[in-house]
Amino acid sequence: MKDDDARQPDSTSGVSRRDFMKISAVTAAVPLVLGPKVVEAAGEDVTVHGPGKVLVALNVNGKKLTADLEPRVTLLDALREQFDLTGAKRVCDRGACGACTVLLDGKPVYACSVLAIDAQGTKITTIESMAEGDALSPVMQAFVAHDAQQCGFCTPGFVVATTHFLQQNPKPSAEDIRHGLSGNYCRCGTYDGIRAVALAHAGGKQS
Amino acid sequence: MSQYSWPDPATRPLLGKKIDRVDGPSKVSGKAKYTYDYNPQGLLAGKILRCPYAHAKIKSIDTSAAEKMPGVKSVVIIQKPGTEIFWAGDEIVGVAAVDEGTVEDALRAIKVEYEVLPHFVSDAEPPKNISTDSGPLSNDDFQDMEENQVPDEEVIAAIQKRGISFKPDEKDYESMKGMGVEPAVIAALRKAKFVPAEAKPKSPYKKTGLQTTGTPDKAFASAAAVVEGVYGVPCIVHVCLETHGSAMEWPAEKEVVVHVSTQNVSGIAAQLAEPLGVPAGNINVLQQNVGGGFGSKFSVDRWDVNTANLSRKSAGKPVKNMLDRRAEFEVAGMRPSAYARVKIAAAKDGKIVAWDSRSWGTGGVGGGGTPPLPYIFEIPHQRKQNTAISTNQGSARAWRAPNHPQAAVITMGAIEDLAAKMNLDPLEFISRNLDIAGPRAQTYREEFAIADDLMGWKKNWHQRGDKTPGPIKRGLGLSMHTWGGRGHNSNCDLTIHPDGSVEIKMGTQDLGTGARTIITIVAADTLGIPMESVNLLYGNNRYPQSGGSGGSTTSGGVTASTRRAAVDARDQLFAKVAPALKAQPDELEAADGTVRVKADPSRSLPWKQACAKIGAVPLTVHGSNPDKAKPPDLTNSGVGGVQMADVSVDVETGIVRINKMVAVQDCGLIVDMKTAMSQVYGGLIMGISYALYEEKVLDPVSGRVLNPNLEFYRLAGLSDIGELKVHMMTGKGYDERGVIGLAEPAVVSPGAAISNAVANAIGVRVPFLPLTPDRVLEALEQGGAHASV
Repeated sequence: MKDDDARQPDSTSGVSRRDFMKISAVTAAVPLVLGPKVVEAAGEDVTVHGPGKVLVALNVNGKKLTADLEPRVTLLDALREQFDLTGAKRVCDRGACGACTVLLDGKPVYACSVLAIDAQGTKITTIESMAEGDALSPVMQAFVAHDAQQCGFCTPGFVVATTHFLQQNPKPSAEDIRHGLSGNYCRCGTYDGIRAVALAHAGGKQS
Repeated sequence: MSQYSWPDPATRPLLGKKIDRVDGPSKVSGKAKYTYDYNPQGLLAGKILRCPYAHAKIKSIDTSAAEKMPGVKSVVIIQKPGTEIFWAGDEIVGVAAVDEGTVEDALRAIKVEYEVLPHFVSDAEPPKNISTDSGPLSNDDFQDMEENQVPDEEVIAAIQKRGISFKPDEKDYESMKGMGVEPAVIAALRKAKFVPAEAKPKSPYKKTGLQTTGTPDKAFASAAAVVEGVYGVPCIVHVCLETHGSAMEWPAEKEVVVHVSTQNVSGIAAQLAEPLGVPAGNINVLQQNVGGGFGSKFSVDRWDVNTANLSRKSAGKPVKNMLDRRAEFEVAGMRPSAYARVKIAAAKDGKIVAWDSRSWGTGGVGGGGTPPLPYIFEIPHQRKQNTAISTNQGSARAWRAPNHPQAAVITMGAIEDLAAKMNLDPLEFISRNLDIAGPRAQTYREEFAIADDLMGWKKNWHQRGDKTPGPIKRGLGLSMHTWGGRGHNSNCDLTIHPDGSVEIKMGTQDLGTGARTIITIVAADTLGIPMESVNLLYGNNRYPQSGGSGGSTTSGGVTASTRRAAVDARDQLFAKVAPALKAQPDELEAADGTVRVKADPSRSLPWKQACAKIGAVPLTVHGSNPDKAKPPDLTNSGVGGVQMADVSVDVETGIVRINKMVAVQDCGLIVDMKTAMSQVYGGLIMGISYALYEEKVLDPVSGRVLNPNLEFYRLAGLSDIGELKVHMMTGKGYDERGVIGLAEPAVVSPGAAISNAVANAIGVRVPFLPLTPDRVLEALEQGGAHASV
């Protein structure tokens, strides 16, 4: 963890939107953190954040985490660089490969394609909270048993996607698996093992 | 004398079983740390401004505005004004700043003026009138040949025939040796005739001399069947999911700590020493996990050197600079393209008699690769010539099984076309020719029998062109491959502590192949203890050096050094324990977590109590590979594998789907069946990917890569792979060869097998991979005339 106070996870103080505005207004430390401006665009008032840093409060794995971030910072980069949650990987950085998959309010998203400030007010779940201490989740155990990993760089994203998929489809057919797990890429070629994880969960056999 | 040989099947509690990889839990839970994840306090972000032109000269660089920006910590000019740049994406200026956003702003504030020069990026068939390259070899020519892995005998022949226009000194020879240039090549250079360089206009085409074996013209004239075709594979990219890059810091003036994404932990420091002006011993290289390498991560890159320079200029603070995806596509390596016009002939009995190939391809500025043509088959009458094309793009790097997949696509395609012309089942055709398939002929024969069974080949194969009504045509194709895979140089220290814990230190790396797992298995198997009792420390150049992980050399190397160390440690332990068991040391065995008397297992000590006899000082032994003083050779070279593909092609849309792939593979003694099979599954899947989807597309107008991302450079996904069957050859005839590497061979055949299956399905050859809908439809329209290239 960083020594910067603003980066410490803060599980006690739930920062409400109003508090957040107050904090933004009174924080004058360097780097300068400014509150949002309201500008008129196309005849309507639009709230504009930045371009300087703004205080961003995120609910990650049940903890409130805050950081001063430029509005352009993605959720992925905030998780990795500010909070050292490096399970989600930056691979394509434009929503094609799924290596940065996290859950937002229970739904899988590519964290590289969500701005951190837009993720405020949602419940963010990362791979780090899906194992309980050293005890692997059943899906993780199945990934190990079926050797559904090689270099491992795509693996956390795949585990998040597969966990969600199997919650939604406890008894998936082969076709469900092809469709439901095609949002992530692997370069080493571990798809056969991943498919076996899903089929084993369905009680079927690896075809 | 200690028995180092691999144990008999009866006394192998772990070797060859299906064992979970030891690093599995850390990877699936997101805890495994990669270079990209290195995130210390005060980390600075580094990034590089790259040249947007494929060929240009730098006129001026103005970094003043960037240097004044708040948050910018250091700026280094990597290539000065006046420098000629030969590919888009080459490094110009490096910047380190407090965060990535600031670095990007700073890069935008740097003004670089270029004189844009004409570029050349086409690897289309060279014009017919190019003359053979006959002038003396320049230093560049020589380096290109080495980088492109031109076979040593060809290099030596060229040196002898053409002479050299450069004068290497002793220092050059030393550095060549360090780069792995073979002694015979260096000897040829020493003896070479000096010939002054010719003043001639630079051509992008370098044509080798014509190589002729036997009497090809006569053989073609008297053959029963002759076919001609064109086959090929474009440039493709490694697409390591973790891009190249490093984090560098200077804890003291002459001390560097290097976190780098590499296949070569033990080899990095020596490469960094000179450019940084720091003794190699003061450079500590660290890496726990690497997110893919596939041959592209052996060397220190210029961006790494400059990341270190940025750190030095930023008061030694850590600077991390991982390539972005576009840079990864443009500068971090690719597989060279390879194409060939082939003529091949067989006699009436189905024996291949003659081969003629004119091949070409590009691997960037340095020219192309040299696929070993014809692949595997020692065809009696041959004529061949290769033209390397120099193009303005980032250089090729070794790509999993360098040159073999291209050679397989070209050769196996031509063989399948010849079989089709003779109305022969290619499985039957190949079995008639296995006598010219080299030293692994018997392996192929056994493997084809198994593959036939797993695929139902004989039952399902049909003559070329599926006659089933409707737009979906189904077909079968096959291919075969070989690879060396001998274990590399490897060293380790193995310590048994008096408390019974065991630790191994080795300066190696695990690319996801299972290196960690097999080292642990070998030690635990030899010492008769559970794998959990073995603590492996690796990924640090301060540990005994072990080779880079390339060419499938790691498995044979690390298991051999570990085996020798574990046997020596065990035997020294026996000497300490023997008196307590009232036995001679050679009467003891280590098994089931005990040290006991072989003939009377009731006389035993639990492992921990046995280790207490070591005394206060832990027992540490060193293991090496190779080690002639400790025979036998525990590794070997030369594997064979065969693959079959079953595909469906929609002749209305041109879409190819994989129904099923079968791989049958030999790799000597298997240490962990589970991770070994994963290598083969991975090879099949990577092969499906390059067979159907992958191509690095260069824009002839701008000279830039048009698809430097994962939307338009397609990889196979989980839904694209069909059913996969893997069979590993084990038992008599295989195990006793020792441990042989496996990563490369499995990726060689899929392109050829799939291409052949498509030809079998639709009745015409689609000449070039990837087998995209447009190419399939064009081939159908032309009826296989191969007119265009």
